[in-house]
Formats: sequence, structure tokens, C-alpha cells
Amino acid sequence: MRFLTSELLIKNGIIFDPINNVDGEKMDISIKDDKIVDKVSKGARVLDASGKIVMPGGVDIHSHIAGSKVNSGRILRPEDHEKDVEYKTKIKRSGVGHSIPSTFTTGYRYSTLGYTTVIEAAAPPLKARHTHEELNEIPILDKACYTLLGNNWFIMELLKENKLEECAAYVSWMLEATRGYAIKIVDPGGVEAWGWGNFITNLEDEVPNFSITPREIVVGLCKANKMLNLPHAIHVHTNNLGVPGNYQTTIETMDSVSNLYSGDKPIIHITHTQFTGFKGSSWLNLSSGAPEIADYVNKHKHVTLDLGQIAFGDTTTMTADGPFQFFLHKLSGNKWVNCDVEAETGSGIVPFTYRRSNYVNAIQWGIGLELALLVKDPWRIFMTTDHPNGAPFTKYPLVISWLVSKKAREKALAKINSSAKRRLDIPGMDREYTLSELAIITRAATAKALGLKNKGHLGIGADADVAIYDFNPSSMDPSKHYPKLKRAFGNAHYTIKGGKIISKKKEILDCVDGRTYWAKSRISKDLESSILENLKDMFEDSYTVRMSNYVIREDYLKIPEKIEVTAEV
Amino acid sequence: MSSKIFQDIICTVCGCCCDNLEIEIKDGNISRAKNACAMSLGKLMNFNKERNEFPMVRNGDKLSKASLSEAIDKAANILADSKYPILYGWSLTSCEAIELGVELADCIGGVMDNTTGTCHGPGIIGIQDVGESTCTLGEVKHRADLIIYWGANPVHAHPNHMMRYSALSKGRFRATRKDRNVITVDVRMTDTAKISDSFIQIEPNKDYELLSAITATVKDLELEQDKVAGVPLEEIENLADIMVNCEFGIIFFGLGITMSLGKSRNIDMALSLVRELNKRTKFLIMPMRGHFNVTGANQVTAWQTGYPFAVDLSKGFPLYNPGDTSAVDILMRDECDAALVVASDPISNFPNQAARNLAKIPLITIDPHVTLTTLCSEVVIPSAHVGIETEGSIYRMDGVVLEARKFIEPPNGIVSDVEILQNLLNRVKKISK
Repeated sequence: MRFLTSELLIKNGIIFDPINNVDGEKMDISIKDDKIVDKVSKGARVLDASGKIVMPGGVDIHSHIAGSKVNSGRILRPEDHEKDVEYKTKIKRSGVGHSIPSTFTTGYRYSTLGYTTVIEAAAPPLKARHTHEELNEIPILDKACYTLLGNNWFIMELLKENKLEECAAYVSWMLEATRGYAIKIVDPGGVEAWGWGNFITNLEDEVPNFSITPREIVVGLCKANKMLNLPHAIHVHTNNLGVPGNYQTTIETMDSVSNLYSGDKPIIHITHTQFTGFKGSSWLNLSSGAPEIADYVNKHKHVTLDLGQIAFGDTTTMTADGPFQFFLHKLSGNKWVNCDVEAETGSGIVPFTYRRSNYVNAIQWGIGLELALLVKDPWRIFMTTDHPNGAPFTKYPLVISWLVSKKAREKALAKINSSAKRRLDIPGMDREYTLSELAIITRAATAKALGLKNKGHLGIGADADVAIYDFNPSSMDPSKHYPKLKRAFGNAHYTIKGGKIISKKKEILDCVDGRTYWAKSRISKDLESSILENLKDMFEDSYTVRMSNYVIREDYLKIPEKIEVTAEV
Repeated sequence: MSSKIFQDIICTVCGCCCDNLEIEIKDGNISRAKNACAMSLGKLMNFNKERNEFPMVRNGDKLSKASLSEAIDKAANILADSKYPILYGWSLTSCEAIELGVELADCIGGVMDNTTGTCHGPGIIGIQDVGESTCTLGEVKHRADLIIYWGANPVHAHPNHMMRYSALSKGRFRATRKDRNVITVDVRMTDTAKISDSFIQIEPNKDYELLSAITATVKDLELEQDKVAGVPLEEIENLADIMVNCEFGIIFFGLGITMSLGKSRNIDMALSLVRELNKRTKFLIMPMRGHFNVTGANQVTAWQTGYPFAVDLSKGFPLYNPGDTSAVDILMRDECDAALVVASDPISNFPNQAARNLAKIPLITIDPHVTLTTLCSEVVIPSAHVGIETEGSIYRMDGVVLEARKFIEPPNGIVSDVEILQNLLNRVKKISK
């Protein structure tokens, strides 16, 4: 029981809270303990936010912040850390930054951007315990991780045999065993083929030894996701990522599940779409597939996207897409890490520098922004850089400046490869994101897509996660004053997490532990016991660990929070 | 007589971390350990011998019995007073203990280093140059048709490795031993070589040369020599052919290559060879890590500081420069003024001068057993065995994390590394305020 309550009143801020239809109104926000409340007593601490933007804390739907692949990246790249260190203070642990920040630094830096919830995008089930150990050591943020299931032997076998209910039951068990939040599919079937050094290039290709196609995997898992009523849609990294012409694979993948849409909420999320929005038959004639993808998305409500925007500079690419990373290694000649995970998935890492003078990189830059500008509904396209693949998350303020300001884009355009500039439609695009739309694509829509009801808004009962930015929209125009806006979003005036003031400007004032969400879909007892029986044999045959040692106890998570739903099976 | 059986217990000896032990406890003692290898049995049947029975602090020439709080108090004062302490060991304890170790090093401005420097450290430096193509052990079990042990002798150093994960394992796509070609490269005919399909005897300290020659051959270059590293050209060309033509190959390498002449450069070349082979077929490589949680020591240190070992936190941020910031080198230069050793025996293992310098500074050791290091210490705090008397997270050689469990009570008054380090950290923080 808590006897001490703390109250906070954020006074006179200019509120952007799209979920509650508040668009730039001057209002007060009251906080009691860790929740937004109707009002507080007179003794509440007052934060003056006059002339400042107040938004819900940022919610990042896709970022690689924890786990074996991220840590392999850290181990691989001392040269990445040396140029960007984080000093210890009385509150902060020391660490390193740039593209693969250490765990503590990740928490500090996200929160100084006004972000309070971040989802790790890819946890290999067999190593999910590692993901959680790192998530436990990322302070401040609320977190979750997606469980990689798109190349899982058991799932491929069940789907091949058309055992859909059993497949759904197994997914439910896997999410519980790995304390995962959603179904992540990476290069469906392609990573299994890569186990033999082979590639999958088409949704209709057969996965070696499994007689199943990527299309069947995506459709099957989408059905399972619906049966389980999971809070988030299937989260898909399509086949052919990084390959010219792949925008067609993206559209085919989206379309493969269109007939499953029942009109309520989107059923497939295509992640870091920039990387799968390549048009053309080779690097020489590469162009943007964003118009075609955006056109599809504008006409089909069953899809959401995130950008995977690139920013020029040095970063570290890392995905569960082992074959793509090998391809990128051959292309760049840079050092390369590959790690295949038995019966499940794989991963790869390649350091990479995006150059504005490089034709391909400049086109990539354009694809991301074109997607953002061409998809009309901001509730279905989210801002990410696929940290650290397109750029480290610390580049978000720069990406924001491109979204809100044509002038900022023109400045960037002036410096990119001139052939690329001619091939892109960006110069003719006038759209500029409003601050309300910005709030949608960085927190409101992402929270909604994740099914996190207490996140992404400032209504009564919401988690008291608030970002205050020092930019006065009543006297300044984001489009014109984008450098000031960029500074403000790179350096939250205050970040409040769970009702506690965490940071002021760049300084961390307090360090709390965040929650880790995981999703539990209750299935029928009969189905559960039948699947468990089969699982035991499968484990003996497929894994080098025992089933009992595979499952992660809930209390292994520092502050677990179960999101429970009831399945239809 | 009371008896209890524990299933699926995780072995805490080598980097294989076998998780299928069945332990029977009768009257508080281990009476049977099914599935345990000789090394595992050796530990399980003898872990209670030569224990440190109580905390001790030094009085002149003698270590005398102290209470836990006295020992922690003295240790905390030594660490808080020191200007440049090293915190060393960590490979035989849990990740939870290592996490506290890094925090302590950050708090006091010390150097956090683990035993990697004296085993597979050169391998990590090689990875930082080249990268690595690797996998979990189950991939080898299911797919590998070519297994090469290079400078490694798993029959003795990782006794269950072949049966559970590699040459003799039963996989989905490789059902029997006949489905795999097993080759050993070593300086002598080892017991691993004896049960391999072929053995390539290499001259000592010539790994770099042989690896370069194979790489060149894989790249279709013609060699002019008749022999490289004592291996006839024909044999080299044959080996290159076998590698290129396998479906799924892997090199398991041991200290025979990381600690022979060339060190990290040998691994550079091995990693480069594997990288080159991936243009032709599927090929992977994995170090045969020794201690049960040396991989975990690398992992924890890396996620907290960015670097896997030899991390100097004395400047208020992490600094990494092995050869300079590594424990052995700091000791050789006689630069540190105190040391905390956890679950390791550096006095027995370090170069003579480094060990001498370690023995003359205030030394705190946390270890279950009496070792040369505890005998030289100022403060000795006995601890419980991870994976026997206390639980904790550990990383297998391929990075698979397991939660080692407790199945027996530690001796009276003996607590875990985690509890000791948490108390020590709290005490140090109090003093530093």
C-alpha cells in the first residue's frame, strides 16, 4: 500500500492530445502518483509550461534496443562507442552512445527526447531471456519485445498441416514462454532457407524441407493473431528487404491478408517500409516505390506502416534477416556478424554509412519521406528510423524537421546526389505535418496500434507519461522555425514518466524502472493441454535445451505487466 | 532417508552448459548425477571440498576469522580508498553478480575485467576486426555435414559437446555420425583427432600460415609452396575442396589457436576464411568457451558499458583498450592499488610478475574455495556455488541464456556472490557519500 501520494500540475501548456481531440489548446494537466487525473489539490507541485508544447510521452513501435543481436553489435563496434560517451553522475550510470548505446544510456537518451515507451523489435525466442535481461537494465522506459515467429519450424509444420488452431495455441504458448508482446515475422521462410545459405525471393517460393511458402506463413500467422485477439497486429518485415523491385513484395504481402480484414482494426503492420519500398530492377535504375505503396495503403485500411527513415551518417544495421545482412556485407565490404538460431530464426549485423552523395542512399532517404508525405492517414503511418538501421533514434528530431518543414527538406535536398534528386518526387511535395499529426505518428497512433490503452494520450486515467517541449506554436511556425523545433524535440524541456520528473533539458533528474509488457491470450484448456503434449516431443527433437529451461518465469522481468486477452479458440 | 530428484539441472562447469542433468539428493548430499560428464561429476562430487568456511580478514601474516559484516566493511574501505582498483574474474559466477560488479566498478572508478583476457580475448578482438559468422549449437546438430575442431580438444575440455551438439549428435537433417565429416587440426594427435575422420597435424604456432593458405586456395589462388605449416599442399587443396563442397560447415576453435603465436591475427584469418566460404556455401565458426559463464561476463559487461572486457571506468566513462586496460597489463605495469577478485584464481594463472604485483596490493577475494589467490588476500569472503547452492543466469558458449538453479543448501553462513556484492556496493556507496 502506498501512503505517500505525489501530485503535479502542468500549468498553461499548449496541449497536443490527438486521441482526446485536443489540438494545441491551452490547458492544465493534473497528475496524481502515476496517473493523469481530473484535478489535484492546492499543494501539488506546479510546472509552468506556458508557451510550451505538451504531448503524451513518445511511444516507439519499432527499435532495436536490447538482446543478443544488439549486444553483438556493441561487442563488434568499439569504434562506434569511442566517439560518444556518457559520463556518470550521481544519478546516471556511465555508458556509451551513438548507434548502439549501452542499456542505461538508451534509457536516458530516449527520455531526454520525450519518449517513455519503446518496443524492442525482434527477440529470438531461444534467446529472449537475454532480451529481458537487457530490458531490465534499461531504466525509465516502459518496454516490450516482439517474438520472432516467421521461420519457426513448429509453426511452419502446423500451418502446412492446416492445423490453424494448434498454431494459434502454440503462438500463445510462445508469447508466454518468451514474455513477448506480439508476433514478429522477419523474411518469412527466408531465414530458414538461409540456414542452408539459400535465399527466398518470392512469396510463392517453397521453404526448403518445409513445403510451405512465405505467403502461407504470413496468412497463417495473421489468422492465428486474429484468433488470439492479440493487442497488436502481425508485425512484418517482408521478404526481399533491401533488394531493388521489392516494393512489389511489400504490396503483395499486404494484399495477402486483405480478405481477412473485418473492418475493426488493422491486421498487418509492415515495418521499416523504406527498406522495402525500392522500385527498379537494379541499383542503377533504383527509384522510389513509395507512391505505389502509399496508394495501396490509402485504399486499404487493414494496413499500418512505419517508416524506417534513414538519416545520413554512420550507423549499425542489424536485423533478424540473416540473408539480407550477408547481402549488405557483400555490397559494402564492411565487417559482418551472422548468428543463426536453431529451429527459429537468425540475425545479422553490418556497420553502414549512409552518404548523401551516394545515389542509392539518397533514394532511400527520399522513399522514407515520400511514404510519410503520401500516406494520407497519419494514424496508419508511424515515425521510426528502425533504430539503429536507418539511423540512431537520436536522429528523430532531424526526421521531425523534414516532416514538418518543406524548407528543411529543401535544405537537405540541395545536398543529396543530383541524379537521385531528379528521380524523387519530394521536391514537388508541399505537405507539412502539423504538430497534431506529429503527435499522432510519434505517440498517439503507435500506442493505439499497440493496443496500449493507457499510453499515447493525456486523458483521465492515462499513465502520467508527458513530454514538454520548449517551442511556442502560437508565436512560431514549425515550418519556418524548424531549427528551433528540432532543438526542442531533441531536448525535452521536461520528461515525466509515471508522474515523476525524469529529465529537464538534457539533465537526468531521476531514474525509475519501467515496466515490461507481455501479452497473454487465454486459450481453451483442452487446446492448451493437447499442444503441450506435442511440444514436449518437438522440443527434444528440435532444441538443444529442455523445454523447462526454455520458459522464462514472469518474475524474471523486473516489473512485468501482463496484457491479458481472451482467444477465440 | 530423505531423497529428492531434480530434473533438467544445468551444469556449471564448461561453456556447454548442458541442461539435462538429473540430480538425486540424499540426506543433503548429491548421491547421483545422471547425464553428467566426467568434468561435471568431478565438480558435483567435490564442490564441498577445500571450501572457505567463513569470512576472513588479514591480521599481519595471518588470515583470521571475521563476521560477514566486518569483512564487507574492510573490503568496502579498501575499495573506497583506492584510486585505481581492478575488479577481475566473473566467469564462474552469475550474470546478476556480474551486473553488480560493473556497477561497483562504475561507482568506484575501477577497471572491470574478466578472464577473457587469458582465454578467448584474442577471438573477440578478431571479431572486432572482421565480424563472425556463427550460430547456436542446435544449428550444428541439425545441419552440419562438416565439423572442424581447430586447436580444440572437446573430448577432454568439453566432454559432452560432441554428443549433444556436434560430431556425434542426432539432428533433424543429419541423423548419424556417417552424415558428418569430422576433421581435427592440431599440433598433436589428440583424443578428438583419434575419433575424427581425418587429422591434420600443424606445426606449432603456424595457424596463421595454414589458415592463410586455405583462404588463398578457396579464393582459387595457386600456392607456390610445397608445404605450409608442415602440411603438404595437396592436403591443403583437399581441405579447401571439402570446405567449399560441404552443405553446412563449422569450425570450432580452442585456445590452441587464440593463445598461440599471432593470437588475434589467427582468429582474424579464421574468421576471414569463414566469411570467404560463405560466398560459396554455408559456413560458420564458434569459439569453444571454457568457463560456464565467461560468455555471460562478456555479454553483461558489453550491455552495461559497450565493451566485453578490459573496461576502464576510472575516468567516469567506459574506456576500452585491451593490452592497456586489461587486468594483466595493468598489473604488469604495477599501476593498480587494490583488487577485487570474484570467482577466479589469478595468482595461479597470471604471468609471474602480474601475480606478484597482485599479491602485494590490498586484495579482496570472493570465492567458494581456498585458492592461491584467497591465501594472498587481505579479505576473503566465501560464497555459494552458482548452479548448485544458488541460482543465476548464465550464457552458453553460443550465447543461449539459461537460468542455473539451486538444488542444495549452501553451508551455514555462506551466501551468494549477489548478496555479498550488493552489500559491498551499498557499503561503498555509503562511504563515498
